[in-house]
Amino acid sequence: MNAPLDPRTPADLALSRPAPAQPCRLPAGGLVDRGRGLSFTFDGRRLSGLAGDTLASALLANGIHLVGRSFKYHRPRGILSAGTEEPNALVELRSGARREPNTRATMAELFEGLEARSQNRWPSLGLDLGAVNGVFAPILAAGFYYKTFMWPPSFWEKLYEPLIRRAAGLGRAPEGADPDHYERMHAFCDVLVVGGGPAGLMAALAAGRAGARVILAEEDRELGGRLLAEAEEVDGMPGPAWVQSVEAELAAMPRVRLLRRTSAFAVLDHGVVGAVERVADHLPVPPAHLPRQRYWKIVARRIVLAAGAIERPVVFGGNDRPGVMLGGAVRAYLNRYAVRPGQSAVVFTAGDDGWRTVADLARAGASVEAVVDARSEIPAQQARLAARLGARLVAGGRITGTAGWHRIAAVEIGDDRGCTEGRGADLLAMGGGWTPAIHLSCHRGGKPRWDDALAAFLPGTTPPGMSVAGAAAGRFTTAAVLADGAREGAAAARDCGFAATEPQVPRAEDTPDARVALFHVPASRGKAFVDFQHDVTAKDVALAHREGFRSVEHVKRYTTLGMATDQGKTANVTGLAILAEIAGRSIPGTGTTVFRPPWTPVAIGTIAGHHRGKAFRPTRRTPTHAWAAANGATFVEVGPWLRAQWYARPGETEWQQSVAREVAAVRNAAGICDVSTLGKIEVTGPGAAALLDLVYANTISTLAVGRVRYGVMLREDGFVMDDGTVARIAEDRFFVTTTTANAGKVLQHMEFCHQVLRPDLDVSMISVTDAWAQVSIAGPRAREVVAGLVDPGPDLSNAALPHMAWRAVGVDGVPARLYRLSFSGELAYELGVPPDLGEAVMRRAVELGATPYGTEALAVLRIEKGHPAGGELNGQTTARDLGLGRMVSTKKDCIGRRLAERPALTDPARPVLVGLKPVDARTPLRAGAHLFMPGAEPVTANDQGYVTSACVSPTLGHPIALGLLSRGAERVGERVRVLDPVRGGDTEAEVCAPCFVDPEGVRTRG
Amino acid sequence: MRIPCPFCGDRGNEEFTVLGAAGLARPAPEADDAAWHDYVHLRDNPAGAHRELWHHVFGCRAWLVVERDTRTHAVLSVTPAKERAA
Ligand SMILES: [Zn+2]
Repeated sequence: MNAPLDPRTPADLALSRPAPAQPCRLPAGGLVDRGRGLSFTFDGRRLSGLAGDTLASALLANGIHLVGRSFKYHRPRGILSAGTEEPNALVELRSGARREPNTRATMAELFEGLEARSQNRWPSLGLDLGAVNGVFAPILAAGFYYKTFMWPPSFWEKLYEPLIRRAAGLGRAPEGADPDHYERMHAFCDVLVVGGGPAGLMAALAAGRAGARVILAEEDRELGGRLLAEAEEVDGMPGPAWVQSVEAELAAMPRVRLLRRTSAFAVLDHGVVGAVERVADHLPVPPAHLPRQRYWKIVARRIVLAAGAIERPVVFGGNDRPGVMLGGAVRAYLNRYAVRPGQSAVVFTAGDDGWRTVADLARAGASVEAVVDARSEIPAQQARLAARLGARLVAGGRITGTAGWHRIAAVEIGDDRGCTEGRGADLLAMGGGWTPAIHLSCHRGGKPRWDDALAAFLPGTTPPGMSVAGAAAGRFTTAAVLADGAREGAAAARDCGFAATEPQVPRAEDTPDARVALFHVPASRGKAFVDFQHDVTAKDVALAHREGFRSVEHVKRYTTLGMATDQGKTANVTGLAILAEIAGRSIPGTGTTVFRPPWTPVAIGTIAGHHRGKAFRPTRRTPTHAWAAANGATFVEVGPWLRAQWYARPGETEWQQSVAREVAAVRNAAGICDVSTLGKIEVTGPGAAALLDLVYANTISTLAVGRVRYGVMLREDGFVMDDGTVARIAEDRFFVTTTTANAGKVLQHMEFCHQVLRPDLDVSMISVTDAWAQVSIAGPRAREVVAGLVDPGPDLSNAALPHMAWRAVGVDGVPARLYRLSFSGELAYELGVPPDLGEAVMRRAVELGATPYGTEALAVLRIEKGHPAGGELNGQTTARDLGLGRMVSTKKDCIGRRLAERPALTDPARPVLVGLKPVDARTPLRAGAHLFMPGAEPVTANDQGYVTSACVSPTLGHPIALGLLSRGAERVGERVRVLDPVRGGDTEAEVCAPCFVDPEGVRTRG
Repeated sequence: MRIPCPFCGDRGNEEFTVLGAAGLARPAPEADDAAWHDYVHLRDNPAGAHRELWHHVFGCRAWLVVERDTRTHAVLSVTPAKERAA
């Protein structure tokens, strides 16, 4: 007996079990909501967290440090940071079509039911067979891929790449099309403030109070920056409370917009900034009518960059072991999230900053085992703190190694006399100093400058309109950061014309950090990682240098340092410092790090927004679309247009049957076809004729009012651009048609010819494509059909309205135009009526006996007549090639005339338009097939031309084609081999004149 | 990128299309091959101020001469092409 299948997923099942308590959550404090517990799963294990947690803080609250495997060596990795710079803790979120790989656990907000999985591990996170790569570490050093997988080339695709992709690599792509939608916003402001920490808040306050339109973009869910993570007071109150008071004031300002969860990722030209707002990433599913993310294109008159700073890891052996964290991150987990990331901690610092970590850990009840301070002189107050906590203090110390497997268990400490000692610890807080987040100041080519005193790169030349404030500008005390923000915010508002004054700067911590530069511990054991995400070690940098790479840009590419999805936020400066150390040069003498957009990875779908699928561009429908749909039309996309391709009738099982019937109707009776998609341009003014003489290769100015002329226009390089008809409506008014494809291009070209080449001409032009429904009525009975369509009165006789003439008519009393034009070679008219009359015209024409026909029949009719169209007007043909050479007037100047006379374009051996019919009168010819002399070897050197258009002619009863054949005009009656190696066609055809039906044009003129 | 159109004001570059160098004098029909070759095919690629033709195609449809610094993308001047010196 089968048990019913349980529809619940493993994650559902995990969520149905009670979650364990969070062993590392502090009993009080933090900015998390203790009243709102949340359940989530990690690798199928049910866990709990609190509202306000990130996935990272919730994992740490549960005592989980091991969250992933590294890219190359599959080393166990933990959570390094508490913010946007995270290189290690990349996880997969959600499942199915919403599965999202490579998401930073430090940025993912916890929500009820969140499914998260570690990635890049096989078969499981704890037991990863790929870690064997670590055993082969000596051969996986820098440049390994380049050196090893070069030869033979054919092995790359079949063998090497799949292996590498299996072994190295990040998460998995989602399993279906993205079910969510994304949108784009355009916004304009006076002052854009990037970053909502203390500097950004003061800048927004200064500009907002002055009345400027301000946008403040903060990457985090909450404003406040480091003030949320530090245990310090501002203006006599806890940092977060001060943040709330400023936030309340800003929120009340109608001209200030606060964008939380918004990363400004690119600074573009002229004050344009691209930003992504994660509208619904923190929710299981986006609410109805809300996008998942929103792409903001912000045009700002002034930008204040207040992006803060990023703490640098120190490079020493085993610095990647889970449980090794940045000191600032440890404080963030303690103070903001009320999570104690370790019970027995060692702190490794090079200045006062690490002693804040010591104090915060002690306050949270962690045991501080040792403080390793790279400075040889320790301030007395700090030494007293260590003594009070019973922590071993190692002055002039270094961490020289770590032990443990899935989590750190002990560290090895070296002092400046060369002695080492071991210490047990489950947390190592490290910090080599802070790197200003100057990235956005470099996006337009600005070069950072090195500051020796701060041991940091600061913004050098900034883009016009951008100033940098706070830690991003190298201010490292809260008081200095607040003052800087106030100053830059006010200055930005003043630049925009507002009378801004600097807000009073609140009292805050103002002790400068006394520190020594600390990047690297050369004498340490084990792999010392510079770039955690790409597994680049200090040894790799040294190897690159040994192999002759000197430029930092080359070293980056050779080692892939800084080229992972985090773009080396925690790695670039350290890598540069190590390279400088090895090369015996200064850091600025070694190079700089420059940054390009995006600041953080941006999904392509976010930038595309709603411009995807059917909304990529609007679909254009002809005025008779609904009628055609109701009358059995099959539609074809022609550029943005939908056109009726054929009208199937009951009993017709193959499209060829419908097309053959429609062609026969035109040849024997009458047909009607919507040709409204042709571009239509009205050209008016005293200079209209002169302009058209310049634009068209043939002369237009001699055209009489009431007459129509076929026209061909060239590009200035002598090739054909487009063709169409020109009707002279009045002395100073012309109605021009273009091909469907070139409607926009031709109008733009005419405007160019007028405004740039002949501004002296008094002429104007406008597109009227949408102003007319235009139908072609063709066939021996076309005149009677037309007579039944138009209001009584006009003389439609051949004498009164001959071929290539037009006249004004009425349809239902509405002015309309009747042109006698033929594309099919039959007696034919084009009737132009206002668009809302289009369907009535179609309906009545059918009642009068006309057969509706689509674009397929239209194409067959024109191939039978040898008229060039898309296949022939391919940008590589001249008027002469198409048999239109005599149209190019030699009596006047025109665009393209001079270069059409180039020897290469008048070479008699050029392929010219010919007709082709299969010798066996049966085998279809195909467009794209190439032409050879019979018996000649089918190689490029013997290529004589190609087939441009082909069809089966219902009128002749056999296949026909048009083609371009070298010296074709002289070769009528000869045979050519028509070879189609791609699709497997090989037949012989006879060369003939391109016009297969009524070459004398008797029917057209009838 | 933003272009201050003399007719429409400061607008985003997505409203424009660019053609290439401005200020090329179209030779007379009888000019020699070299002059025509130069006009149609040869272009300078300056590092610095560069005059280009931009078409405000999704705006007023004016052809504009935009003087732009190719190193910084700073727009130095914008004038309607119709107003060029005779
Ligand atoms: Zn404009």
